[in-house]
Amino acid sequence: MKTMTYREAVREAIRDALRKDERVFLMGEDVGRYGGCFAVSKGLLEEFGPERIRDTPLSESAFVGAGIGAALNGMHPIVEIMTVNFSLLALDQIINNAATLLHMSGGQFNVPLVIRMATGGGKQLAAQHSHSLEGWYAHIPGIKVLTPATIEDARWMLASALADLDPVLIFENQTLYNMEGAIPAEVASVDIDHARVRRAGDDISIITYGVGLWKSFEAAEKLAAEGIEAEVIDLRTLRPLDNETFLASIAKTHRVLIVDEGWRSGGISAEISARVMEGAFYDLDTPVERVCGAEVPMPYAKHLELVALPQPETIVATARKMVRKNG
Amino acid sequence: MSAHAVELLYQMLRIRRFEEKCVELYSSQKIRGFLHLYIGEEAVAVGSISCLAPDDAIVATYREHGQALVRGVSPGAIMAEMYGKREGCARGRGGSMHFFDTQKRLYGGNAIVGGGLPPAVGMALADKMQNRQRVTCCVFGDGAVAEGEFHESMNLASLWKLPVLFLCENNLYAMGTALRLEHCVTELVKKADAYNVASAAVDGMDVLAVEAATQKALAYIRSGVGPYFLECRTYRFRAHSMFDAELYRSKAEVEEWKKRDPISNLSAHLKSEGAITDADIEEMERKVAHEIAEAVNFAEAGTWEPVEDLTRFVYSERRTS
Repeated sequence: MKTMTYREAVREAIRDALRKDERVFLMGEDVGRYGGCFAVSKGLLEEFGPERIRDTPLSESAFVGAGIGAALNGMHPIVEIMTVNFSLLALDQIINNAATLLHMSGGQFNVPLVIRMATGGGKQLAAQHSHSLEGWYAHIPGIKVLTPATIEDARWMLASALADLDPVLIFENQTLYNMEGAIPAEVASVDIDHARVRRAGDDISIITYGVGLWKSFEAAEKLAAEGIEAEVIDLRTLRPLDNETFLASIAKTHRVLIVDEGWRSGGISAEISARVMEGAFYDLDTPVERVCGAEVPMPYAKHLELVALPQPETIVATARKMVRKNG
Repeated sequence: MSAHAVELLYQMLRIRRFEEKCVELYSSQKIRGFLHLYIGEEAVAVGSISCLAPDDAIVATYREHGQALVRGVSPGAIMAEMYGKREGCARGRGGSMHFFDTQKRLYGGNAIVGGGLPPAVGMALADKMQNRQRVTCCVFGDGAVAEGEFHESMNLASLWKLPVLFLCENNLYAMGTALRLEHCVTELVKKADAYNVASAAVDGMDVLAVEAATQKALAYIRSGVGPYFLECRTYRFRAHSMFDAELYRSKAEVEEWKKRDPISNLSAHLKSEGAITDADIEEMERKVAHEIAEAVNFAEAGTWEPVEDLTRFVYSERRTS
């Protein structure tokens, strides 16, 4: 076992990829001399040089598009976008090119590109630095959307993403970078297609991802003290969405609570809910419930931001109500 | 020189007749969707694309029939693509705006104005990082020059000294908006100065001039010093697409430009020099007509992709590179 932070895990994953494959390089704003805006790539410039750790101008569309072009032409780029909010400046490239080229070319041109970006709120960064748009990206066929919540996934999902022949977006919740823990020093491989049951329980299934996993764990402990055992499912990947894992859980618990920092309307929580209706309607003892981000642009003030985001207390209260109602 | 000029004339004629056939097939509803014709602009594709080496790459726009034909993409595969057939150069997934060919290194057919520029820069980056002496030729119009992606891409390519030929087909209209209504600086070649990109403007109705300018640009790029911006001043004789009533320009203006038709002018010039005769031109027309007829036959004989295959190619079918 090896102890490291989530940030170090991502850095170790990038370092590993750079060492193993000459086609891999990292590019983005301030990834080199500054060390990355979340200090993820700190030290990599010294180790790998400016050719492979490329500082880019503030031109999201150009450097994401350049990543697509480099991927089309034999490289395996890792493009870092500071936060998901800035990725909107590169939407044309991500959606009109990365996601469509393979299909539009009748299978001729695949785009083996990895795009990493920070996501999520909770740091009082207001309405242009705090949103969770990963569920929105999960709407798009042609890309894959990964949301590593654990240090282990932060360390190992990147290699699988790089091995993938198609564009993969990785969302790192910015509140997780300082999280520390021990993980195995080596793993054989990590799949990026399946959700995982992170905590077993019989009374209710909590489906979540990213930082929601940790809030759900906290809630599950409190619920356990009340005699309610929650099964916590970490989706890990929002596209393709692994139905099987959560449908199997629902067959056991008969109750579903979805926890998502993203907005409720039209979000990934709505998609999961729809799939539960399609695949497990007759297993349900109570309607599906959701704890989501409030539908406001994120406010700056701490007390407002707190209530705008899902919190363990809300998860506990909702789960308790669902279980007690027909327990 | 004359024999070479005759070949260029032939290539332009191929495009012209191919496009005329497309109009006919559009009217008979064999081709659907958007159809953007290259008629009037033939000298640009012929003069530029024919200078590229086989391992150079091309990123083009939705008006890319000319580039694809000059590059040597099979006319049958192009026609079949517009028919929506499985034998098309994108299996009927792309249509007129999205031709692709791995063998010919044609990377589309991009129908988002300016959208092809960033990937072209990245392709050049990959070549540079892998020490390959290849050039990526990125074609776009005057409309794209107003897009942010143009400015970001020019800056990045120049900053990193990448082997990109930025080939601007300035046909004076961004769809229906005249150059003077879309740009505060209408001499587009001047934009390159702001990015320290070498540049030239050339008469895009003169295939020999385009060819000479492209060769100069390519020699500059291949010397490893950075990208090049080549503005080809041209004109589209036909409507923007098949859904264009052409309310934004006068018939007189179009007629004036037709006097500069790259095909009839070169043809007249070569005849006056005694390089070709009317009989040669007739023979050329016969050859072109035959090639086009074969392309149409190929498309007609093509097959429809089974609907069960609808969701293929959203993700790669092979798992390893």
